[in-house]
Amino acid sequence: MAVGLTAVALAAAGCSGADPVEPEKKDGSFIISWGEPQNPLIPAGTSETQGGVVIDALFTGLTNYAAKDAKTEMANAESITSADNGKTWTVKLKSGWKWHDGTPVVAKNYVDAWNYAAYSPNGLINGSFFGDIAGFDQVHTEDPDGEEGPKTAPKPATDKLSGLKVIDDTTFEVTLSGASNLWPVKVGYAAFMPLPDAFFADPAKFGQAPIGNGPFKLSKWTKNTELVVTRNDDYQGADKAKVKDVIFRVYTDDAAAYEDVKNGTIDFQQQVPSAKLVGNQYKSDFGDRAISKPISVSAFIAMPTWLPGYNDPNVRKAISMAIDRQLVIDKIFNGTRIPMNGWVNPNMSGYKADVCGAPCKFDAAAAKALWDAAPVKPKDLSIAYNGDASHKDWVDAVCNSIQQTLGAECKGKPFPTFGEFRTLVVGEKMTGMSRAGWQADYPSIENWLNPLLKTEASSNDGKFSNPEFDAKLKEADSTSDLAAAEKLYQEAEAMLPNLMPTIPMWHSSQQTVWSEKLTTVVINTFGELDLVSVTVK
Amino acid sequence: MGRYALRRLLQAIPVFIGTTFLIWFLVWGLPGDPFAGRCGEKKCPEAYVAYMTEKFNLDEPLFVQYLIYLKNLVTGNFGQTFNGTEIGELLTQAFPISMKLALVAVVAEALIGITAGVLTGLRRGSFIDNLVLVSTLVLIAVPIFVIGLVARYSLGLSSVSPEAPWVELIIPGIILASGSMAYITRLTRVNLVENRRADYVRTAVAKGLTPSRVTGVHLLRNSMIPVVTWLGLDLGALMGGAIVTEGIFNIRGIGGLLFGAINRRESGVVVSIVAILVLVYLVVNLLVDLLYGVLDPRIRYE
Repeated sequence: MAVGLTAVALAAAGCSGADPVEPEKKDGSFIISWGEPQNPLIPAGTSETQGGVVIDALFTGLTNYAAKDAKTEMANAESITSADNGKTWTVKLKSGWKWHDGTPVVAKNYVDAWNYAAYSPNGLINGSFFGDIAGFDQVHTEDPDGEEGPKTAPKPATDKLSGLKVIDDTTFEVTLSGASNLWPVKVGYAAFMPLPDAFFADPAKFGQAPIGNGPFKLSKWTKNTELVVTRNDDYQGADKAKVKDVIFRVYTDDAAAYEDVKNGTIDFQQQVPSAKLVGNQYKSDFGDRAISKPISVSAFIAMPTWLPGYNDPNVRKAISMAIDRQLVIDKIFNGTRIPMNGWVNPNMSGYKADVCGAPCKFDAAAAKALWDAAPVKPKDLSIAYNGDASHKDWVDAVCNSIQQTLGAECKGKPFPTFGEFRTLVVGEKMTGMSRAGWQADYPSIENWLNPLLKTEASSNDGKFSNPEFDAKLKEADSTSDLAAAEKLYQEAEAMLPNLMPTIPMWHSSQQTVWSEKLTTVVINTFGELDLVSVTVK
Repeated sequence: MGRYALRRLLQAIPVFIGTTFLIWFLVWGLPGDPFAGRCGEKKCPEAYVAYMTEKFNLDEPLFVQYLIYLKNLVTGNFGQTFNGTEIGELLTQAFPISMKLALVAVVAEALIGITAGVLTGLRRGSFIDNLVLVSTLVLIAVPIFVIGLVARYSLGLSSVSPEAPWVELIIPGIILASGSMAYITRLTRVNLVENRRADYVRTAVAKGLTPSRVTGVHLLRNSMIPVVTWLGLDLGALMGGAIVTEGIFNIRGIGGLLFGAINRRESGVVVSIVAILVLVYLVVNLLVDLLYGVLDPRIRYE
């Protein structure tokens, strides 16, 4: 007893003897190089990274992707379960969660937010993510004669998804239009985050001053200059933030931001300017405060499969085998890409290495033989790209590689802006190949097959279509067990080397640098800094 | 003079309407869909495009769009950007910063430029004259981004903080002013050399005035007219033309705002900035014209 008391007394004395109550050392702030978001800060209205990184700080949805391996873990949800093999899902929320304005986070907040996002007249960019919930076609209408036509989309019959039902304050039920094993994985995406009642009072005002339920709350936003978020001390989630403030400072010039991280004015730059990749300049500038990390972004070449020549899988294979990927990567990208041998990014759950095999490897002789054997050859061997980003060098190099191997003329075809380029691609106006890129929305093999290669899929630039492949995907989609489904998706991917719908090129890696002030730096698979685990000196 | 000023201000109205109208057409008239590239590699959802098109009246003819903009402008409403930010908020944020930067630049070019001009003008053909002539030539010849980048990276300067305090603006201001500084030097020098031979200077010297009074009051005052014209016009040019300098030092002024807005096709922002720049030019021009009367009493306004 006496000993115990002494120990306590000593500890107390020791404490007060030195500096009076030094605040926790981690309690600091740091500055990130940032750009103005493209849209108001509403979860389902944000699809680009600048807005996305702030949304992730301010909001927490049902599930999270673990920063380390992107595995789904429960966040605001206590459980997401299905009793009927994935058609109906019951979501139970953890209780005690609060919005930044003090109101409780309830099931209604999710249902309201999802209804609002799916209702097409609200014009939210991620509205289509709710497409597999029952009743979506009643709240989301499409323009009957396309954008060019005079007609406009009819007003939807209702503004409530029939598949959403609030059971009580912490429970709601979601009915999908078809069974899906992936649904609990999908809901980790930002589009599925809830909205408080305050949003519906004035959506426009909310977009400028969002009230979230996440680990940080918005404290100040000076437009076009900087945005500050502060730790939410009431946060109930496991992923509590360690630093007090995170300052997102707007930079229009990447080079300026890089110099400022170097001299310690700011603390983090997600992607260093390409000039600093030459000769690994960024590594010599930053040493162990620089990292090159593979991210969930990959590049393809889309094939106009409706054109003679290009409609022959053997021709497509020949072109693929004629490209010396590693050489282009070394010469043009300073080795910062990883040659791709399949259609799925390695950061995805369900990824298998070397699915494509020989058709995705450089083999000049085999390529030439296939090419020469083809009965019809493409008329216009070219690769289209947008000239407003740095694509010219690699496109020219790839074309050069094709030309040398196949002995047929190949040209890079620039279009001035990305917008113009995409309009032509989407409108099926391309007369040759075109560059394509994809970034994962959620970390699953499915996200690399369905949206890109299924018949009529939204991002199927080459209009590729194959009934057996579609059937396999459908089988996988409706399999309730996630592991079994993954296997089916893998089987679907295994069909692709013979079909060669698109030419896989390479996966990206991202070069990130930070200042001496940051001590724990975790970059997640989406290439973003994990804000909650950062600590500062 | 009051009537003169009033007439000049009234003239500003048609100039203002004309320029904004022209800019509106140029910016909105660009081919292509402003929303085509806004959704990354994916096609923008129809619902989103339809919503934005209606919200920003993009389905109306250009002229109607312009009238709507003008109507809102009269009530002090500059409209919104695509991400919902009030353009007025952006402008009140950015303009004072660019104004500060431009003022630093103008003061720097006036101080350094006129001093160098007087020194060389009075000692024509001397070593210092030749030295200044060569260095002004270099300043005029080297593009501003080269000077800026070299200065920033060789001196290890960091970006200007968001509030843009005066102290941090001194070096960017001098860099921004560098080209004009050289012109001012040469302009001052030439005028000084010319006027030294004028009758009134000879008279002043003959009256037995001290050399400093002859130079300071008689010679310089008259030689300043073209210099003041240049400085006035330059104030506007420096505000709008600071894109490079503002980029290098990450100064959140209108240069960067304008550049970004053109890229993102935020025409409301572009037109508003240009409109205000036009106003700045008009006011500064008027001030310059009025200053002529102060510098040379022979110039009068009815």
